[in-house]
Amino acid sequence: MGNSVYSPGTLPARLTPHEYEVNFSDINPGLSLHEAMVEADRCYFCYDAPCVTACPTGIDIPLFIRQISTGTPRAAAKTIFDSNILGGMCARSCPTENLCEGACVREVAESEPVEIGRLQRFATDTLMDENIHPYKRAHETGKIIAVIGSGPAGLACSHRLAMHGHNVEIFEEKPFLGGLNQTGIATYKTVNDFAQQEVEWLLKIGGIKFQLNKTVKDLEDLHKLTQDYDAVFVGAGLGDVNRLNIGSDKFQEAVTFIEELRLASDYGNIPIGRNVVVIGGGMTAIDAGVQSKLLGSENVTIAYRRSRSEMGASEHEINLALKNGVKLLTNAVPLGMSGDGTDEKLILGRTEIIGGKIQQIEDTIELPVDQVFMAIGQKLEFGPGSLAIDAGKIVVDSHGRTSVPGIWAGGDCTNLGEDLTVTAVAQGRDAAEDIHRHLSK
Amino acid sequence: MPSLNSTFAGIKSPNPFWLASAPPTDKEYNVSRAFEAGWGGVVWKTLGLDPHIVNVNGPRYGAVWGPDRSLMGLNNIELITDRPLGVNLKEIKSVKRNYPDRAVVVSLMVPCDEASWQGILPQVEETNADGVELNFGCPHGMSERGMGSAVGQVPDYIEMVTRWVKSNTRMPVIVKLTPNITDIRYPARAAKKGGADAVSLINTVSSITSVNLDTFSPEPSIDGKGTHGGYCGPAVKPIALNMVAEIARDAETSDLPISGIGGISTWRDATEFLLLGAGNVQVCTAAMAYGFRIVSELQSGLLEWMNDKRFESVTDYRGLAVSNVTDWQNLNLNFVTKARIDQDLCIKCGRCFAVCEDTSHQAIVINSGRTFEVIDEECVACNLCVNVCPVEGCITMEQLKPGMVDKRTGQTVDENPLNWTQHPNNVLACTTD
Repeated sequence: MGNSVYSPGTLPARLTPHEYEVNFSDINPGLSLHEAMVEADRCYFCYDAPCVTACPTGIDIPLFIRQISTGTPRAAAKTIFDSNILGGMCARSCPTENLCEGACVREVAESEPVEIGRLQRFATDTLMDENIHPYKRAHETGKIIAVIGSGPAGLACSHRLAMHGHNVEIFEEKPFLGGLNQTGIATYKTVNDFAQQEVEWLLKIGGIKFQLNKTVKDLEDLHKLTQDYDAVFVGAGLGDVNRLNIGSDKFQEAVTFIEELRLASDYGNIPIGRNVVVIGGGMTAIDAGVQSKLLGSENVTIAYRRSRSEMGASEHEINLALKNGVKLLTNAVPLGMSGDGTDEKLILGRTEIIGGKIQQIEDTIELPVDQVFMAIGQKLEFGPGSLAIDAGKIVVDSHGRTSVPGIWAGGDCTNLGEDLTVTAVAQGRDAAEDIHRHLSK
Repeated sequence: MPSLNSTFAGIKSPNPFWLASAPPTDKEYNVSRAFEAGWGGVVWKTLGLDPHIVNVNGPRYGAVWGPDRSLMGLNNIELITDRPLGVNLKEIKSVKRNYPDRAVVVSLMVPCDEASWQGILPQVEETNADGVELNFGCPHGMSERGMGSAVGQVPDYIEMVTRWVKSNTRMPVIVKLTPNITDIRYPARAAKKGGADAVSLINTVSSITSVNLDTFSPEPSIDGKGTHGGYCGPAVKPIALNMVAEIARDAETSDLPISGIGGISTWRDATEFLLLGAGNVQVCTAAMAYGFRIVSELQSGLLEWMNDKRFESVTDYRGLAVSNVTDWQNLNLNFVTKARIDQDLCIKCGRCFAVCEDTSHQAIVINSGRTFEVIDEECVACNLCVNVCPVEGCITMEQLKPGMVDKRTGQTVDENPLNWTQHPNNVLACTTD
């Protein structure tokens, strides 16, 4: 007999292979042609459309939907990629309910927005499935730019620079490209290794070289780069995580867990606790909680120190967690552990928010726990020396310029980062345009 | 309780909804199903002389679609019945025997000589059908052979053939008119002169619905080629309404019964035809799009409306809108309206702004918070914003009452009507002094 949902402790193989396959299949499969045509029909082709305003990359959404509805999904894809070269991943991972679809006038009119995300995926999948890369490089400029990090910001920046005829060299710490697109998005949102396929497709533009397992961590490295390259773009993300000061081997970082899932070849090999608690209230907490459940955990609780309305995760994501049987415990802060072995408990203190500040009250809760995932935020790993830093992030202006001439930055590592793929894409792209202007002088 | 009973050109039916001469009325099987569903009458698919004609063996219909692929326009290259005359006559007799309370009118199209008509009319009478409809409308195929719209486009022929028919039958004669002419009043007058008991219109509009972008063939494509077909469905309703009104308000034909046809899909469409002077209506495309069951909605809708308006019978309101159809020159130029946007209903799509700014009079402004407002100084009341707004009732036209100032012209609205015939800018205007 193998393990089951009710087997005590932290164990692999709680489910059957078929159950894993079902649980980690595409959560929001692509639209069929008929579905896409019916949905595209619903777009009003708004003037100065609110969905476009709400999109950090400013995709011309009414235009691409009209192109779908007139039977030209490839042209639609080109419209999307013109603004967002990672439009395929954004179609899968964007919290559209907070962005384009949240702003859709049909959300106002009928509480049923046009399914912009799925239409975007329909268009981008059409072009990418045919392995067509729709851009050519401008004449070579002879300039070369160093890009640190190959997440969405670095990739978007690299592609745009390459389009303008510049050469790009990417420095990536991990043994693969993609950054959080590869490791940080819940598995069921990006099945079939889409992130790697997208990177390969993006690189078809040409002019982009990369070094894997190459860490650029300090000022000395950076200074060398500014001497050897015409410009430097930092899209290093947040490589480090915040930790709780509770000593227990049951504590694990949620981002590591999510990455492990993304890179797993067999979900049955991943041990998961019968009782899991996720600490945090953002998208990472949701991703870790839902996927714990999908791995076969019996009890999964997301514990957040503030109220539900203050959670960073969108309502849509919270509902996804609840639908999957994850429990929410709000106004609870972890204090420590009690017991031992399979009988260990996490002790949480009740909180109240008074004047915006968290205050612990005389009330504690004990939860049986085999595994605790911490999802309480990430922080900059990159030690940037003389770069101006604010609240632990690199300070940039709207063009992505840092305080040091010749160095641009974008994505989560900057003070303008929003922990969103689509925002990182926009910042990488815009920094590339600014670098191009700068180098064209 | 109001009654839907109808008498048209002396032909009685339990309601004014007839199926038009077309594929749905080609066989006893279909017509029986239609009567079971509740249709008041049918005009049997057009009969011709033997040997019966043949149809193409590829697609007969082409289409124009609206949002969500709803069928806005249908075009066909089907000819008249392709079954032997005897078979049709036998089935007509059977249907009329089984459904004596329903109207069964037989559409006819034979060569343009009196002998042909003298030959077929007694055979139709023998079926106990209620009347005949002369198909002078079909614009494709048969017209190449000197029939259908080839007759309907020449008023003298209409008059001649109608007279032949009237002098060879006791049955009521309805003349079906083609819209493929410049002025519908001439064929209608000719039908009346020939002695017609009624006219029915419109038949289909000559059309090519689409061209295949891969094969370069018109659709429907028959071995790489296409031909113009007859266009019908909701898209042609405005053309039909105008033609019905033109006949209804023409002094020479105002007393000529009209069977209204053209894009009638709902009870509302049907009622509009009746208000513009039609005595009954004929439906085809809507049935071909949804099946016969739609007649239930046609009946219930019309009954509810009649009840609301306190009308007892169909004749109570027939033609009530005719006197409101006039020539442009008679329209009151002192009637001034302005567009008004209901901010509570507005969903902020901005379509009104886009079309007004790009294609009209720059009379809508976007305020902060993406609210849209009409600039009275610029608004000419063209109605385009009303027409493009996706929310019904969100943008309306509000009348400026006499005494108010039209901010666009700076003039006070006069309570006395003024039309073009009286306008100072009209050099031909009639003056009283």
